[in-house]
Amino acid sequence: MVDQSFVRTEIVPEKPAPLSQAGIIGWFRKNMFSDIPNTILTGVVLYIIFMVLGNILPWVFSPTWNSVSLTECRSILAEIGRDGHGNGGACWGVIRERWLQLMFGFYPSELYWRPVLSFLLLGVALAPVLFDGVSRKILFFTAVYPFVCFWLIWGGSVWFPISVFIGFIISYFGFVIGNKSAGSLIGVLAAIALPIIWWFILLSPINSVLNSILPLGSEAIESDRLGGFMLAILIGVTGIALSLPIGILLALGRQSDLPILKGVCVCFIEFIRGVPLITLLFVASTLLNVFLPPGSNFDLILRVMIMVTLFASAYMAEVIRGGLAALPKGQYEAADSLGLDYWKAQRLIILPQALKISIPGIVSTFIGLFKDTTLVSIIGLLDPLGLSTNIRADMAWNGILWELYGFVALIFFIFCFSMSRYSMYLERKLATGH
Amino acid sequence: MANAKKQLEISDEVAIQITKMNKWFGSFHVLRDIDLTVQRGERIVVAGPSGSGKSTLIRCINALEEHQEGLITVDGTILSSDLKNIDTIRSEVGMCFQHFNLFPHLTILENCMLAPIWVRKVPQKEALETAMHFLEKVKIPEQANKYPGQLSGGQQQRVAIARSLCMKPRIMLFDEPTSALDPEMIKEVLDTMVTLAEDGMTMIVVTHEMGFAREVANRVIFMDEGQIIEQNEPEAFFDNPQNDRTKLFLSQILGH
Ligand SMILES: Nc1ncnc2c1ncn2[C@@H]1O[C@H](COP(=O)(O)OP(=O)(O)OP(=O)(O)O)[C@@H](O)[C@H]1O
Ligand SMILES: [Mg+2]
Repeated sequence: MVDQSFVRTEIVPEKPAPLSQAGIIGWFRKNMFSDIPNTILTGVVLYIIFMVLGNILPWVFSPTWNSVSLTECRSILAEIGRDGHGNGGACWGVIRERWLQLMFGFYPSELYWRPVLSFLLLGVALAPVLFDGVSRKILFFTAVYPFVCFWLIWGGSVWFPISVFIGFIISYFGFVIGNKSAGSLIGVLAAIALPIIWWFILLSPINSVLNSILPLGSEAIESDRLGGFMLAILIGVTGIALSLPIGILLALGRQSDLPILKGVCVCFIEFIRGVPLITLLFVASTLLNVFLPPGSNFDLILRVMIMVTLFASAYMAEVIRGGLAALPKGQYEAADSLGLDYWKAQRLIILPQALKISIPGIVSTFIGLFKDTTLVSIIGLLDPLGLSTNIRADMAWNGILWELYGFVALIFFIFCFSMSRYSMYLERKLATGH
Repeated sequence: MANAKKQLEISDEVAIQITKMNKWFGSFHVLRDIDLTVQRGERIVVAGPSGSGKSTLIRCINALEEHQEGLITVDGTILSSDLKNIDTIRSEVGMCFQHFNLFPHLTILENCMLAPIWVRKVPQKEALETAMHFLEKVKIPEQANKYPGQLSGGQQQRVAIARSLCMKPRIMLFDEPTSALDPEMIKEVLDTMVTLAEDGMTMIVVTHEMGFAREVANRVIFMDEGQIIEQNEPEAFFDNPQNDRTKLFLSQILGH
């Protein structure tokens, strides 16, 4: 018989891992050269990377920063013995000469500080939304920021953005007072009706009175002078900031028990998703004028912002609906059984979880929206791509291609990659071990 | 848990009154002519085969399910489709689920404080004290700042009980609170429920734990095919069942 009893008398000491398991050599051996096919694959991939970089890097490092035209670039390249006609090197002079235009379009150069300041303030306004540990008091500034930004970029009388903002305050107090004195329905009606009366009837006479008493303001800038990344960011940030709340409401509406509300939301979402964005942009640029009262001057950029927002909202609604559907029914039941009403249950229990699940989809939609802003060049707005076409039409730079589009692509990549990294940070932060 | 119920009193006051209640899921008649009166302080165990409508019955009591016919009165409030009545009743009636249904994005403490703060409008500090009091009662105050995902099943169910208790309900409903738990965790949850019974809580418990029924319940209700087949004191129910279906069910559940 084998003796099966065993009692350990000494403890095995800890030994360092064998070299093949630890350290850089171990890592390489395990991940890249583990067997013959793996080694061959590693070799092939290394060769491809080498070929690609070997062709691109000399093109990128090209001493043409100070040139003033494509012809000069070519002669510089020919002098140092590179191919002067084709792909001997990049012609970076165009970026040096035109990068401000790519950023700001035809915005007056002495007023560049205005968009720059509003971009910096955007960072301040976003900080309390994006990161914990930033004082919550800044949220007040976040609420005012859209009006500050509008005034900084478009200029004109200060009274206009201020009185538009007052409309929202009226709406809030209309709701609070109506709710207290006559119930929530009256409150909601007051919150909608009072600001509409204010904006459409009282606003312009009051504005003209205020302007004649105290004409405060700055130089007004016409919309057609806005362009470049400033325009892309304006449209993108507006779309992102508005499409999330609208998307949430649409997603909740689509799940609602009220058949009419549900029907409206479904129709809206399906219609917008079924139509290409370019079509909507054409509607914004041409058809909308047909429906507006003659003589009304509804800014083209504003129209485009509305269309882009509606477009992104429909996608957002579907992304969030996915998150809502992923929540177990028990979460709704637990919230109900504790006596939370619909809105409290949504706000405290359902949405925080559904939005967290949807973060990757939401951020994808944001990134898609930001890149789609380049489509506005088709209706004649001077976004970075529209400007590139413009610059290429200049005699001096006629024939430039890769440098311009590469630069635009790089900037877009920086923005989109940051969004993607932020979403990963957010997912990690919100992980609670389940 | 022995003798837990002997000294417990049942008052004459009616806590829940159900008369001629019927419910359908589409065309499927799931609850049929339910008549049930629960006095304050009663501990009722509901048993029956799977699909007999036990869950549906207790979910009707706090309006998680809507009934189509008959009358349900909870604490003197008639359960109608009036949202105000439903909210009143829900804040009087606590419920524990088979799968705990804790809110995974909130800590244990936040789970317990949420409803008192948002529904009862209790000040933050008071809600915190209440939450800690009940977490101590279910014997896990030290887990207060963890997230539900970091707790064992038994601990999660005890948190769920504490979360309901924080609303200071007068009636507690349990829907198979131990059937998703490993055997060694069942006892800790049952012990918590026994303590609750000793404090005089009115309880309706759907469970297959016949030991618990014997020791704690003052009445056992047997359901099948959406009807109440038999109800009796636990001794009589277990030792001398009358209906054939009850006998069959008991032989199956106690047989092995
Ligand atoms: N939402 C629903 N829609 C349609 N039918 C349902 C629904 N919920 C439950 N049912 C049906 O109603 C019957 C009773 O269900 P219920 O969950 O009350 O049973 P139960 O006695 O709790 O069973 P178990 O012991 O398996 O939990 C079952 O036949 C079930 O299929
Ligand atoms: Mg059940």
